[in-house]
Amino acid sequence: MKKEELFARIEKAIIEGRKSEAEDLAREAVKAKLDLTEVIEKGYVPGIQKVGDLWEKGDYFLPELITSAECMKAAMAVLQPELDKAKIQTRSRGKLVIGTVEGDIHDIGKNLVASMLSANGFDVVDLGADVKLEKFIEKAEETKADFICLSALLTTTMLGQKKAIELLKQKNLCGKFKVLVGGAPANQKWADEIGADGYAENAMLAVKMVKRLMGA
Amino acid sequence: MIKTIRPKLELLSRRLIEKIIDEAYEILDKQGIFVENKEALKLFSQAGMKVDKKTHRVHLKRRLVEKCLATAPAVIKLYDRTGERDYTVGGDEVHFDPGSAAVTILDHKTGEERKPETKDLVDFSRLTECLDNIHFQSTGLISSDVPHPIADIYRLYIGLIYSRKPVVTGTFRVESFRPMKDLLAAVRGGNKELAAKPLAIFDACPSPPLKWSNLTTQSLIDAARAGLPSELISMGMTGATSLVTISGTLVQHVAENLCGVAIVQLAKKGAPVIFGGSPSSFDMRRGTTPMGAIETMMIDAGYAQIGKYLNLPTHAYMGLSDAKTNDAQAGLETGLGAVLGALAGVNVISGPGMLDFESCQSLEKLVIDDEICGMAYRLIAGIAQREDPIATDKFEGFTPETQFLSMPHTKKWYRMEHSYPLIADRDTYDAWVALGRKPIAERASEHVEKILRSNPPALVEKDVRNELTRILTAYAKDNGIASLPALP
Repeated sequence: MKKEELFARIEKAIIEGRKSEAEDLAREAVKAKLDLTEVIEKGYVPGIQKVGDLWEKGDYFLPELITSAECMKAAMAVLQPELDKAKIQTRSRGKLVIGTVEGDIHDIGKNLVASMLSANGFDVVDLGADVKLEKFIEKAEETKADFICLSALLTTTMLGQKKAIELLKQKNLCGKFKVLVGGAPANQKWADEIGADGYAENAMLAVKMVKRLMGA
Repeated sequence: MIKTIRPKLELLSRRLIEKIIDEAYEILDKQGIFVENKEALKLFSQAGMKVDKKTHRVHLKRRLVEKCLATAPAVIKLYDRTGERDYTVGGDEVHFDPGSAAVTILDHKTGEERKPETKDLVDFSRLTECLDNIHFQSTGLISSDVPHPIADIYRLYIGLIYSRKPVVTGTFRVESFRPMKDLLAAVRGGNKELAAKPLAIFDACPSPPLKWSNLTTQSLIDAARAGLPSELISMGMTGATSLVTISGTLVQHVAENLCGVAIVQLAKKGAPVIFGGSPSSFDMRRGTTPMGAIETMMIDAGYAQIGKYLNLPTHAYMGLSDAKTNDAQAGLETGLGAVLGALAGVNVISGPGMLDFESCQSLEKLVIDDEICGMAYRLIAGIAQREDPIATDKFEGFTPETQFLSMPHTKKWYRMEHSYPLIADRDTYDAWVALGRKPIAERASEHVEKILRSNPPALVEKDVRNELTRILTAYAKDNGIASLPALP
């Protein structure tokens, strides 16, 4: 198979959300000893970008979005060890620590955002739900993250977003990480009020915002 | 006289109902269900069920759940604050109550949602008290001017002072049940008296899929032992926290609710429990949970039919809207929900007043919805024969000059056969223009003000009020809260 044909098939597999095919094609690329960075940049990334376009056009809904994101993840799980073996640094677009704040077990929205960011080439450290505020900061420091993303579904737990920012201030870490907030009760006004760096209404807008904040 | 038919909506065939129930039992047995409460796990263990204490997973056998269903009452009686008026929750009786636990109120003057305060809670209770088609009150607003640890008990406190109607409520914290029950007992004059004449329903929501949290399980156990009815509020979101098909979501709904029934009956045999819910169709575009979606209402009518099949009282979140203001969408979704819920014979229908996905209450919407509920009641009263003969005798001696308006027959029946709304616009175009072309929200707002102005608060007796205040203040103090907002 020609390189270009492989890239086209990869792109199609991602757009159509066919997981085993996305994995098989990754294995094929490894076997053919192709430049894996090129495979990612010319096959997988255009695929997920098209998925984003289809979403914006209103053709794709959440199930398609998530399925494609999971295909990306599966393919990357095949490619990453090979990249590591060859000591190739892929171009990370940025690192994020994400989680639902303490007292809140709702993680659907957070999972959507994490999947879409990860599919779009960001390093995502997902801490899960009901995460202690200190944990966000610890993990962000440990992994040298660019962003801390705080999700909350309840009006009571969204106060945790405010507290996390206060905690960062106390620790003099404010400029070090950009703080993003999201979840049903949050909005831009709330983000401004508590001094967050960004708010996005949905997973696709979150990807756009993070790209913008990274200057990408 | 020919018997009047009570119009009824049934979406499921008997075969489909039985299949849904069978699959729910199979899941409860084979996959089990998570119950994150030690006491409940102990009850299940004692009843011979397989319990994994580490993962909190319990495998429920059909025979146990069926035994529990057999002891759960088919009909519950709820009593108002005076203890004199009772409401039957069961059969095809329908009672509307305002949608509960809103975190915002739509401020009519600014048109914006804002955080509710004590005065809003008082107005809300007083207004509910005056609306004839809203039979129960609900602790519908969360007051932002009291600290969070007492937010749940505070709204019950206000409701009990300002309205006589039975209350649909619930706990936010495990510790809150006790003081909330104490408030209710103070109104009745004792725990025994409260159990004999329940004044409140406690909502308890499982966390989909297939999990009962510690808080809500404890609420089921505590309410059962106090003789107070629990309302099981399963809330799968199609394709997000439950299967995407309506029938698939119903299987999970039934499984979660059956586990709730079992917890209640194991805690106290014969304790009242209502088969309810707040599921929704999940919007695959926006990730939201539209309560005004027709599919949401289909899930509601579906599980209500199953609840009836299981011989339990039923509840649903219907008659509410996802609109952000009192516009056409608000009326459309509320009207559909209230009418479908009433046709489905749902016993407790929570929703009136509510906007924005169960998050915002509006006083204006509440009075509009009261009128909608009135229409729903009229519909289910059906078409009656009324007289025998129906018409022939009235047409005796008929001429083109025959007057219907002045017939004694007209005067006798017109108020029973027809309703006359205060808010819906039935004016001619010219009259509407002359009255200032007011949109419905404007007319509703004037009506709200008129009701609050002309009806003195239905205050609880002084000594009971003092006792309620004593209980609340003591509980606040235990939580480190020294002062509470003054009541108007």
